[in-house]
Amino acid sequence: MVAQAEDSAIRKYLLARGNSAVADRGFHWLMVLSALSIFGIVVLIASEMLVRSQLAWSKFGFNFFFKAFIDPYSKLPMYWDPVNGHFSALPFLYGTLVSSFLALLLAVPLAIGVAVFLTEMCPGALRAPLAFITELLAAIPSVIYGLWAVFILVPLLRERLNPFFIKTLGWTGFFGDDNPTGLGFVAAGIILAIMILPIISSLTREVMTAVPISQREAVLALGATRWEMIRMGVLRNARIGIVGAIILGLGRALGETMAVTMVIGNSPEIHRSLLANGSSMASVIANEFAEASGDLHLSALMEIGLALFAVTIVVNAFARLLVWAVTRGAPRQVH
Amino acid sequence: MGVGIEVTNLNAWYGTNHTLQDINLPIPANHATALIGPSGCGKSTFVRCLNRMHETNPIARVTGTVLIGGLDIYQDAKPVEIRRRVGMVFQRPNPFPTMSIYDNVAAGLKLNGYSNRRALDEIVERSLKNSALWDEVKDDLKKKSGASLSGGQQQRLCIARALAVDPEVLLMDEPASALDPVSTAKIEDLIFQLKSQYTIVIVTHNMQQAARVAEKTGFFLNGRMVEFDSTHKIFTNPSDKRTEDYITGRFG
Amino acid sequence: MQSEHRLRSRIRALSDGAATGLAVLSTLLVVAPLVAIFVYLIYRGASSISLAFFTDVPKPVGEPGGGMANAILGSAILLGVGSLIGVPIGISGGIFLAEFGRGTKLANAIRFTADVLNGVPSIVMGIAVYSLIVVPQGHFSAFSGGVALGIMMIPTVCRTTEEMLLMVPNAVREAALALGVPNWRSVLAITVKTASPGIITGCMLAFARVAGETAPLIFTAFGNVGWSARLDEPISALPLQIYVYALSPYDEWHRLAWAGSLVLIVLIVLAVSLVRYVTSRGVLKGAS
Repeated sequence: MVAQAEDSAIRKYLLARGNSAVADRGFHWLMVLSALSIFGIVVLIASEMLVRSQLAWSKFGFNFFFKAFIDPYSKLPMYWDPVNGHFSALPFLYGTLVSSFLALLLAVPLAIGVAVFLTEMCPGALRAPLAFITELLAAIPSVIYGLWAVFILVPLLRERLNPFFIKTLGWTGFFGDDNPTGLGFVAAGIILAIMILPIISSLTREVMTAVPISQREAVLALGATRWEMIRMGVLRNARIGIVGAIILGLGRALGETMAVTMVIGNSPEIHRSLLANGSSMASVIANEFAEASGDLHLSALMEIGLALFAVTIVVNAFARLLVWAVTRGAPRQVH
Repeated sequence: MGVGIEVTNLNAWYGTNHTLQDINLPIPANHATALIGPSGCGKSTFVRCLNRMHETNPIARVTGTVLIGGLDIYQDAKPVEIRRRVGMVFQRPNPFPTMSIYDNVAAGLKLNGYSNRRALDEIVERSLKNSALWDEVKDDLKKKSGASLSGGQQQRLCIARALAVDPEVLLMDEPASALDPVSTAKIEDLIFQLKSQYTIVIVTHNMQQAARVAEKTGFFLNGRMVEFDSTHKIFTNPSDKRTEDYITGRFG
Repeated sequence: MQSEHRLRSRIRALSDGAATGLAVLSTLLVVAPLVAIFVYLIYRGASSISLAFFTDVPKPVGEPGGGMANAILGSAILLGVGSLIGVPIGISGGIFLAEFGRGTKLANAIRFTADVLNGVPSIVMGIAVYSLIVVPQGHFSAFSGGVALGIMMIPTVCRTTEEMLLMVPNAVREAALALGVPNWRSVLAITVKTASPGIITGCMLAFARVAGETAPLIFTAFGNVGWSARLDEPISALPLQIYVYALSPYDEWHRLAWAGSLVLIVLIVLAVSLVRYVTSRGVLKGAS
């Protein structure tokens, strides 16, 4: 053994050190406070918006979302008339819903197709780059999607696709020919679809990989083809999680702002035609908030924001629960 | 120099599971004491009660008295103070993966605010010599990460790390069970040398190991201590039938 | 019987082939817009980028040239303020979830709230911060923009920090505690340090995400056509400037918008690739 000349020196040093109970407790509380700040943020946002939307709420109540002021002379609905102080969120609610559902209609089959391809069919060498590409799609800022849409997608719609839709589907009434700009619900729906695709597909992939191998093997052992195995062994077991992924995509689409604002046309009207100009809850805020023409206008925009906040919270919470239910076992073990 | 340990009426729980029941045990200073028994008998829980590591699990609970060198560790001290005086070596080598060999050994002092460079250099060298690792690592003390060593070297690094704070007691929880025979022999040699200076408590499921390194041996079964005596007596002439069954290989 | 059986297996084989074809087709359809966006971005952006883009402020309408130097500086300042708020709070929250609250109801509730907060539209953050900071102060400011970005970073940083800390083996924590190291020090110097490559990754992801955010800045940072580095004045930001220029009727400004987008996307792709590289190397290289 080596002699321990300093033996007592080290021991003395360590014995003299405090037990740092105060530092430990302080650290613990600092961490707790930081974590609690996440609650704080949600509460703060909600309460602030509640207070500032009071004016519009007390003036219009629930009618704000469902009824429009009818002009006594022309008998036409006046949805959004800041000059005369008539405010109804109905066209924005309509615009948000139409563009979001259009986006889901386009994105869901594609996203599931990509997820199936990546998890079940893709050659190993392709999987990583393709997953990376879908990840990149998610990382592109909204405003760049908007820029691209304004200069590429909208002209394409205006010159090629819209005339085609009008010619072939015009009889349905959903594709009217009264808007020559190329902007509108279809443009918003397409760009939204591109934007929510990565979210839906990566979450679908996650829930599909969570399906145990034994489920696949059980179906394969019955002599199923690969597609039957995917359909019965994988998709059926993952369907709750896939619904969760779709709803999460919906949540993103409902609140998406910049790209939609740039292509939806921004007029507070309700049209049956999907090619018409419209406006969404997020886009009207982006457009008008900074130069709102008075307290009531501001308050009405705030109430739209509050509604958007509440809806996205509910949609996201619901979707998270569904995804967790699949990837982490039973819902009550939410973790 | 090490100090003796007096355990009276020690009980421990994991949740509702009563893992240690009424343990009474005097552990002598500056000797090696081995604890043997089948897996799940509570011997690991027992050593973790000696440095208050058992209670780091939120569902764990302890009652009873443990005196280390006369100090009641559950009444009169905080866990950090106890752990500075009672070193521990775990079953699987667990060097700090992001630290160099040097920093691993110095961690116990540095993280407690000790900053005298020259003294640290000496302590690191001495601890690595005492754990018989110095010659193998002295050329790249600060270059290599602790995780880059072999399993046996990592375990000796962990012993050096525990020795660096100059503890009075060294607890070893199956220190060689994850190692190959050559590394195991080295660890056993080490225990043999260290026990003149430290009070060593070693948990092992390997009876030959207990016989080779320890003066005293305790036999645990189902959370109780069945027998505690000199190692020689336990392995040649145990007084309890259950001890005899165990050491002759009739169960466990 | 025989022929019916054959027909059925024929249909099954066909539907198998059709499904495979559809999956491949949809993958191509997803890759196509990405390629289209990138190709066009590089084509338009590269031809418009010049040194002046990085050194000059915007010129008045009609004059050629000008750049986005002030917007780049503004983005850097906004992201700096945002990170100063988002990173420490996010990491601390993650430490609570992984090291102190594990398995408790409080931690589950916070984790859930963080995930939900992550899905709140950024425009909502914008008007909330407007009413919390801009209205009381009476003017738009870089500070309020930074706060909005910082709040948006918190949930992402918090959740990745938690996930990375959970990957640190318990044996490492025990080793530190058994040396008598105080808990706070063991958490910071051992556990967090071991997980630090992963935590940095999470911070960069959050950073890349808010770097392109426009909506929360419209009513907070507001934008500024000249130089400004003051926290209490309106400030320009790259995405904000792209938005304004994209909707303007001037070709010169469109060009600048493309150039700005290219710069922004290059930064973001670099961050995401770096993240990808770090995570593929294994978050805890060498951990036992």
